[in-house]
Amino acid sequence: MVWIRLTNRRVIALKSLIHIIAGLWLVQTFYAAISDQLAGDPVEILLHFTGIGALNLLLLSLSLTPLAKWQRQGSWIALRRLTGLWSFTYALCHFLVFILFELQLEWQLVASEIIQRPYITVGFSALLILTALAITSISVLRRRMGRSWQKLHNTVYIAVLLIMLHFTWSLKTLELQILIYAIITGTLLWFRRNKLAGFLIKK
Amino acid sequence: MRIKIKKPSDLTDNDVTDESIYKNRRQVLRSLGYVGASALLAPHAKAFNWFSDDDEPAFKRRPLTYQSDKNDPQTITPEDKATSYNNFYEFGTDKSDPVENAQSFNVNPWTLKVDGLVNKPFSIDFDNLFTRFPLQERIYRLRCVEAWSMVIPWIGFPLAQLIKQADPQGSAKYVAFQTLRDPKQMPGQRNRFVGGGIDYPYVEGLRLDEAMHDLTLLTVGLYGKSLPPQNGAPVRLVVPWKYGFKSIKSIVRISLVEQQPPTTWNTLAPHEYGFYANVNPTVDHPRWSQASERRITTGGLLARNRIATQMFNGYEEVASLYAGMDLRRLY
Repeated sequence: MVWIRLTNRRVIALKSLIHIIAGLWLVQTFYAAISDQLAGDPVEILLHFTGIGALNLLLLSLSLTPLAKWQRQGSWIALRRLTGLWSFTYALCHFLVFILFELQLEWQLVASEIIQRPYITVGFSALLILTALAITSISVLRRRMGRSWQKLHNTVYIAVLLIMLHFTWSLKTLELQILIYAIITGTLLWFRRNKLAGFLIKK
Repeated sequence: MRIKIKKPSDLTDNDVTDESIYKNRRQVLRSLGYVGASALLAPHAKAFNWFSDDDEPAFKRRPLTYQSDKNDPQTITPEDKATSYNNFYEFGTDKSDPVENAQSFNVNPWTLKVDGLVNKPFSIDFDNLFTRFPLQERIYRLRCVEAWSMVIPWIGFPLAQLIKQADPQGSAKYVAFQTLRDPKQMPGQRNRFVGGGIDYPYVEGLRLDEAMHDLTLLTVGLYGKSLPPQNGAPVRLVVPWKYGFKSIKSIVRISLVEQQPPTTWNTLAPHEYGFYANVNPTVDHPRWSQASERRITTGGLLARNRIATQMFNGYEEVASLYAGMDLRRLY
């Protein structure tokens, strides 16, 4: 069953839609936070919004390959880079909100929290991976890196696992939401079980 | 924001934002010509609540008569923040869940039982909660274990008055508190995923001398009116020198007991939450620092609101209760 035939024009339309939704949502939530229009603590709301947004976008980008295979349309893959880059953008905002507004540039606290708190160390590691993937997503670098590019970009699976660990660890108790995310993550990794097995053995 | 201490429990920060001024801020913005932007953005202001309607809360709060707290000019947290940002897992684990899920919570009739090792056990019904003892306002800092804090004008009476009426027996050493268990009204008690997997009812406890301290307030209102459900209607505890989770909400039973009673968060994660749970900047939560906190008042995202956490949340007059105790071990 093919949902839609992804012509070049439609790919461009979908890309624009993702840019508009991800971009506008981010901007308007920050605007609401800065102008004190969010109920409660704007810092916590932004931390959750950017963190969960980064995870949603990463899961979306990881679901595009299985989708392309299922739909037998390689064009879906064309959306992978921009969803991945938006995921990185949200993750970077998440980190910046933490540093700028949660810890408010108390550098001693920033350093000790990243080093001493396991769930923050884990989240920070995931951000480092996403940063490396974002930088090397530039076409010139991709071509130059040749085979090692794919190797590097396979670490996205490590990143998603680290993010799930970071998310779970940050909660005070077990919540339904985290179980749903665990099931989605598990399913997406299951689609790639063969690749992952090879990847793990090579390491 | 620098805070100077006048009396152990009194902050002297003079830039109190009057509530009426705070509530007028949107009008001020509008008059500056922001009408277009705010009209455009208003439907999205609650980014996470696309599926919730914006109806006025259905819960009716009654105005209270009380002696007001005049000598405590702290910057008070705006009422809409204190009543929309709550931890009350009986109504869901997200901070915005209680205000959304609790508006139809029925608190009348209500029975608060006082029993256990007392000579005169008694019960208080809903109306009695507001009339049995003279009500007074207390502006207290509330320090959450999650490292944020608010300043809230509570209305209530010292718990000591209630305990004295019950005439405790000599063997009573602790006071145990219990929240209502009513899965029909509390979605978190119906479904363990909504309620964070806590074993309900929520229970808390204090040592008898802590319970008898004048700062310990049995609370029936805030901001001039009776409590809304998300803040623990109709009656809750407020112990300002301890982390917020000690201040148990919607209480149905207060028992005097001989042994230290079990308490919910301590049972759930004993290495993270102690029985005493005194605010202590030198003892970190295993997952985050307790040395400082973010004070939630006005100002939105750009407010520089990180301040140093004070021992006993600044209520140093309670220090004598813990003389000779190792508070690093008994956290």
